[in-house]
Parts: sequence; C-alpha cells; structure tokens
Amino acid sequence: MNPENIVLISFGQFEAAFLLSIAREVKREFHHPVRIREGHLDLSEHYDAVRGQYNANSLLKAVDQMHRPEHTKTFGLFQVDLFIPILTFIFGQAFLNGRSGIASLYRFRSERYGMKSNEDALLERFTKEVIHELGHTFGLVHCYFPGCVMQSSTYIEDIDQKNAGLCAQCREKLNPG
Amino acid sequence: MKKISILVVDDEESVRDSLYNWFLEDGYHVECAESAKKALLILESMNFDIILADIKMPGMDGLEMLRRIKALKKESIVIVITAFATVDTAVQALKDGAFDYVTKPFDPDDLSHLIRNAAKQIMLTEENEMLKEKVISLENLEDLIGVSEPMQQVLREVQSVAQTNSSVIISGESGTGKELIAKVIHSNSPRKFFPFVIVHCGALSESLLESELFGHEKGAFTGAMYNRKGRFEMADNGTIFLDEISTISPKMQVELLRVLQSKSFVKVGGNKEISSDFRVICATNTDLKTMVDEGKFREDLFYRLNVVNIHLPPLRDRTGDIPLLVDHFIRKYASAMNKPMVSIEPSALQKLQEFRFPGNIRELENMIERAIVIGNGKKITLRDLPITKDIPGLATESLDDLEKNHIQQILVKYSWNISRSAKALNVDRVTLYNKIRKYDLKP
Repeated sequence: MNPENIVLISFGQFEAAFLLSIAREVKREFHHPVRIREGHLDLSEHYDAVRGQYNANSLLKAVDQMHRPEHTKTFGLFQVDLFIPILTFIFGQAFLNGRSGIASLYRFRSERYGMKSNEDALLERFTKEVIHELGHTFGLVHCYFPGCVMQSSTYIEDIDQKNAGLCAQCREKLNPG
Repeated sequence: MKKISILVVDDEESVRDSLYNWFLEDGYHVECAESAKKALLILESMNFDIILADIKMPGMDGLEMLRRIKALKKESIVIVITAFATVDTAVQALKDGAFDYVTKPFDPDDLSHLIRNAAKQIMLTEENEMLKEKVISLENLEDLIGVSEPMQQVLREVQSVAQTNSSVIISGESGTGKELIAKVIHSNSPRKFFPFVIVHCGALSESLLESELFGHEKGAFTGAMYNRKGRFEMADNGTIFLDEISTISPKMQVELLRVLQSKSFVKVGGNKEISSDFRVICATNTDLKTMVDEGKFREDLFYRLNVVNIHLPPLRDRTGDIPLLVDHFIRKYASAMNKPMVSIEPSALQKLQEFRFPGNIRELENMIERAIVIGNGKKITLRDLPITKDIPGLATESLDDLEKNHIQQILVKYSWNISRSAKALNVDRVTLYNKIRKYDLKP
C-alpha cells in the first residue's frame, strides 16, 4: 500500500458518489492519494444519554486506534451529533499535528435550520470541514485570512462563506519552500 | 500579533483535554492544571494572559483561587466556568474580579467570543501602558535649551542621528544632560512608539547587571524566585540606554559585544536563544578612548558603540545659555510647587554666569529649585543661592569641606582620570583613592 495514503473511513450510510467527491477534493488539496474504507463501530458506546449526543473525544480515540503505520492520516466520517464535554456541539475535531481526525455532517443539513434540503450545500460544507480538520492533523492552526478553509467556523454560515481550499500562507506552511 | 497564553484549570480530564485541543487549534499557547493548587504553582513560574477556571473543584475552589490570583496580580484575566450557574456565585465571581462567567457546556461560538474579548482587553491594556510610557518618555527637540554655538552643534548632531539606527555614545561631564539627549534621539527616531529602556550600569554589580540585561530563569541563582525579562528583551523594537558604560566589567564587555553583534542572547540560567531588535545609546563621563588606550575598555566594543559620538559641553563653556536655563527651571518648579512665577535679580544671574558649576545643569537646577523653596516668592536674590564670593559651591568653611570640594573639582576637570587628577593634586594615586573613599566622592 502507498505509504502516503490518507484513509477516509465512513461510519454509517454514505452514498459512494458523495464519498468519492470528498476524496477527490482532499486529494486536490493535500496532494496525497486518498482511499475510502467502510468502518464499523458500536456507536452506542459513545452515546451520552443525558445530552442525547455522541462523545467526539471517545470517537476520535476509537478512530485513532484504527490508524495503521502505512497510512499518513486516518479520518472518520460520521452522521451523528458530536459533542465534547465543554461545548454544546462540534462539527469535527482532530489531533493537531497528529494522525487522525473526525467530522460529522449532522449539523450541516440545511433542514436543521428551517431551510430547504440542499444536498449540494451539504456536500460542500462537509468537504470543507473534512479538509479543515485534516489541515489540523498536518499542523495548521486556525487562520485569520478571509476565505481560507482553516478559518475557525462555529456556524454553518461561517462555513458557507469560506472556500474549500487553503490560503497561500497556510499552503506555504504545509509545503515550505 | 502577540501569541495569547491560556491556563485551563479543571478537575475533569475530559474538559481539560477538550479545551486544550480547542485552544491549540486556535493557535494559542495552552497549559492545563487539574487543581487550583497546581494552577497556583504553575502561575508562580509562568505568566498566562487568560486563566479559565472551573468553580467547583475538590480542595481549593475556583473562587478562592480567583481571589489568590487577583491578590498576586491584579490585572490577570480570569474567566470562571461552572456546570450549575447561580446568580450568587456569578455575582461573587465578578465582585472578586473575574473577567467573565460562563456555564458549561457552552456554544463553540460563545467560547470563541469570550477568548476574543479577553484577548482584545489584553491588547488594549498593553497598548494603553505603552502609550502612557510613550507620553512620559517622549522628549521634543524643543526641550533642549541652548542658543550657544556648542549647544547648537549638539542639536544638529541629534537631529541628524535620530532618524538612523546607528549606535551612539554620548559623552560629557556629570550633570550635562546625557540621558535627556538619549531620550530626544529615541523620541525623534522611527522607534519612538516602542520602549526606551534605561540601565544604570554603574549602579549594579557584575552579576546583577548580567541578570538585569539578559533576564533570568526561575532558580537561576539564590533569590531568583520568578522568570524575569531582561532589559534587552524589553527594548525590542525600541532603544536601550546604557548609562555609565565605562563602569562595566571586562566579562560584561565581552557579553555586550556578543549581543550587539548577534542581537540575540540567552537568559541567565536558561538555554533558549532570545532575539531582540534594539538600538543602543551609551553615555559616559570618562574618556572611553583613553580607557581603550589604557587597556581598560575593549577596543572592538568601543568601535562598535562609537558609530556616532555626541559630546555635551560643560555648563561653564556655554554660560550664554544660563539665563534661558534659569528661566526654564523657574517655570518648571514654580508650576510644580504651585507657586507664583518669580524673577531673578540681575546680580544673582550675573553670579550664576560666573560660577563654574562642577555639577553642571543638574547643579543649576538644584540651586533654582532650592531658591524657589526658600525664597520670598517674588525674586530670587543672591542670598537664595548657595554661592559664596570666592569659593563657589562651598556650604561650610571647614578644611575638610574645602579639600573635598577641591578634589571634586579636579576630578571633574580631568573626567575622573585618577592618574591625571593625582598628578594635578600632587599626591599619589593611593592617597587620591583614600580621599575619594573618605569623602564618598562619585562621578
């Protein structure tokens, strides 16, 4: 197997075309071959009944354990509502300069905010979030450059306003020289 | 932009980990402590811009920790978090000086806002401090008083050197206003919005000067209870003024040369190289070139410092400026003491212009201040000035005072060159050193 692989592991029902589209964008942004795999986890172990949400810290650890030395990064794709103890929700998280990350499309659905369902917007938002979290695994921190995918986003409106790509400065940090 | 540092204090590991990762991704420097006790220990050796602390913790709670932090450092920004918000605890926390109060879990956006607001407050406070310092330290060229040719020459030199980045040596007798000239150069340079840091080298022993200039790490030596920034680090982007540069030891001369060449240094007891962009201005009341010739001052350091030399004339060589200076000091002290403006009798002014002023402008300033304090509030007369007819500046008539005064004048005349002064006094060097010690004479 190519040692430069980024592995995207899907947990739950994702359409193949949806995953391929994300993989294409990730490859374009990080210039690494991307592989898609289907993963299996007992999500109930990560469910917090009091909050009615899934613990992102324990899910990230579970995905991290699936990492293989032959992979560059391992990334989990989810469809459930993620939280960390201190925050009401999160879109995704990753180990800064680490080997794994996770993201969920749960909070990217327009219908959650009283709008019409929009599959294109859902794909675009989720793709940006996956690239953002993978950026953290490559050591990038939040960027203040308008439009950069590494800008911190806490609402879907923030995500809609930024691009799916890195700004020149973040790209330089990623590939110095 | 300054990197904000955050200390997270919470007994729950999951909360600490979550916040740690969140802040790390935001590019902050972040550390965690699992208890208030541990946090206070960390705070003894490190400074944090923001402290985010849980109220409910075993042992010492967050409110008690808040009070202790505030007692140590009033300007600390502490944000308290808790799972169960009550009005009482919120009010108490704010009363005790908390910056804000939040209930967990909170929205990601609230957390971002909270930290952004705190960071803004930190930057505003720092900017305010910097502006205050700037207002205090800025001196205008107009503040340099003098119409005499020697002084006009100094003004021209100051104007031309201010805009450059060159090292400057300001030489001149004690009391001629070397520090003021250094401030004017800084205030008229592109570095004027950054710190002007003064180090009185002569007042510090070798080891103290080293720690003063380079800073030290906690535990670097007995009594080093905290990490401390050095003057070179404080002068980043600004100017460092090294007064009485001739007094530094040979070891410090080597250190100083190295720092001037590399613009980087290591704190005492540390191992991290710190860079700082500063301009250096030195002052001396002794002839550095003679010291170089005598092997007492490193030649390479002298040439590195002596890019520009500004020599300040003694007051006796610019007596034409005395009326202007007297007028300036009368205004200064009358205003400071809330007294009506006074004038000076022509005969008193005449006497001042004839006086040799071994202590230069500082001595003249002290005389005017004293005259305003003890005078009748209308006119400064000869009686208000500590000048006798024949022996200037003599306060008593004892032989000891006479000797002390004479030695002082000779030392000043020969710029504190002991060999030359001893020769002029017709005594050997040991005798002169004994006399200097006896009368506690200082440059």
